[in-house]
Amino acid sequence: MTARSDVSSHAIASARWRPSEVVFWIVALSCAFLFPSRYLIMTDIVRLALFALSLDLILGYAGIVSLGHAAFFGVGAYSAGLMALHGIVNEPVFALVVAGLVAAAVGFLTSFLVIRGVDLTRLMVTLGIALLLEALGERFSNITGGTDGLQGIEMQPILGLFAFDMFGKTGLFYSLIVLFVLFLLARRVVHSPFGLSLRAIRNNPLRAAAIGVPVNRRLIAIYTLAAFYAGIAGALFTQTTALASLDVFSFERSADLMLVLVIGGTGYLYGGLIGAVVFKMLQELFQSITPQYWLFWIGLVLVVIVLVGRARIHRWVLFVPNQIIRQFAGRKAVVAVPERDAS
Amino acid sequence: MASVLTNLFDGVAYGMLLFVLACGLAVTLGLMNFVNLAHGAFAMAGGYICAVLVNNSGWPFFAALPLAFVASALIGIALERTLYRHLYTRSHLDQVLFSIGLVFMSVAAVDYIMGSSRTFIKLPAALEGQIDLSGIGIGRYRLMIVVICGLLTLALQLILARTRFGSRLRAAVDDPRAAIGLGINVPQVFAFTFAFGCGLAGLGGALSAEILGLDPYFPLKFMIYFLIVVTVGGSSSITGPFLASLLLGIADVAGKYYVPKIGPFVIYTVMIVILLWRPNGLFGRTPAR
Repeated sequence: MTARSDVSSHAIASARWRPSEVVFWIVALSCAFLFPSRYLIMTDIVRLALFALSLDLILGYAGIVSLGHAAFFGVGAYSAGLMALHGIVNEPVFALVVAGLVAAAVGFLTSFLVIRGVDLTRLMVTLGIALLLEALGERFSNITGGTDGLQGIEMQPILGLFAFDMFGKTGLFYSLIVLFVLFLLARRVVHSPFGLSLRAIRNNPLRAAAIGVPVNRRLIAIYTLAAFYAGIAGALFTQTTALASLDVFSFERSADLMLVLVIGGTGYLYGGLIGAVVFKMLQELFQSITPQYWLFWIGLVLVVIVLVGRARIHRWVLFVPNQIIRQFAGRKAVVAVPERDAS
Repeated sequence: MASVLTNLFDGVAYGMLLFVLACGLAVTLGLMNFVNLAHGAFAMAGGYICAVLVNNSGWPFFAALPLAFVASALIGIALERTLYRHLYTRSHLDQVLFSIGLVFMSVAAVDYIMGSSRTFIKLPAALEGQIDLSGIGIGRYRLMIVVICGLLTLALQLILARTRFGSRLRAAVDDPRAAIGLGINVPQVFAFTFAFGCGLAGLGGALSAEILGLDPYFPLKFMIYFLIVVTVGGSSSITGPFLASLLLGIADVAGKYYVPKIGPFVIYTVMIVILLWRPNGLFGRTPAR
């Protein structure tokens, strides 16, 4: 029994809130108050962060490489858009949850396809599912609005109290709260025994199965949860921009998402959030230099990151903060990125 | 009846074209186990080189085709020696990210140099129009594609099965360590194969400008098709991808002609079903590593 108590005490210790995490969220909240002219871009970042968090759940914790995560984003976006357009569910928070559940249902159904096969098959199947949904959206353009997208979405006030304003203030705080709540949930999940078993599966599926972890059921569960998160991110997109068009399913969206997560690092939840901030800033920078050809620089960043090595870059970036933290808090409190290769 | 046969012929031509475009990928992805999503970028390079030579420099079309092959192969070997070879041993995620980055760069670079609109290659008059073969209309251009690609396929099969290089390649793929031990220069074999595959893609890109359309988003648009050919066809031989591309070509042309609205839908569904039914591809035998 001592072994078990060791594991649980380790899990409890690693689940404790660190000072740096508290600082992170305080900084995030204060940004929302400090830059009132930048609400729209900050909302964009928050949405992207939530989407990246969703990919981190399956890539960083379960080791599933997905090229079509935009599928669930798109399902969430269209469910929220259609519900608002036809007045099925008017209250945004409730609609958000419903859209997430729709995406989760799609995720649950497709997870059976994804857990079969090896990396390459998974890549193809996830990519295929996203393309399939895009083709479906194009086929039923009378429902989805085709390439023009859903037009004339009008959002009702949140909880009947806070109306969306044109500066995006409500949208930002709404997104930030949603992100924080879902982050807490994700944090709880990955530090639970369930989360530990996922990491075992990521590191070695065979060995995990041998010690009695039901590999497939765990993968289905986390894939469904990630789809739920992606669906909510998509629904947030529709609700805060009053827009949903076919490009929510596009391959570029899934590829960008990978870049976000790679910038931030996988497997510690904050990777997606930090990556989203850096990615959006890079995008703004490149778009201001070369409005039409920023894709080139994004591609270059990807190539350089891979060639230099993801782990090495994170060591460089964390070098200065770690030195500072060491000065104040001693050796123990170092910001480490517990990253192993995800595939 | 005649239109059915014409469609079938168009489908075969399209499928053969896909095979030439994708068979390089069958080697890198299937045999070397490297996920190269940027394969279409080499095809695009070949297509644009051919277009510039024919349209701007006034080269004859048939002289520009071999040059498209050589130029793409040179680009391929340069990238292989400088970038790709560092990534053979890395995880699939790294390979995916790297090649997506390359695709993005190639799309933006071509957009910058050549403009974003579709580029056409001026064809010689002999290739335009149709031949009427007992009521079946056969496009001259498509007939040429079938001939060229058919010969290429035969040549590839012979090279792989009969030549010394072919047996070295098969040995290097089956067990790189043992092959090195036998004195085979495995990195060189891989580099050469990679370059050859890129050259074929470039040739395919030059040939496909007329049929598939050539614009900067070519690598992204047709990425899924190349991947389908390789994953569905399996990688144990060259016949697997060949049959898979014929199947895909015929299905795509027929789908676009008879059920225009759900064509892509059918193809993706069939792909997913086949992958679930046989994860190593329809004709694959070796277990995926």
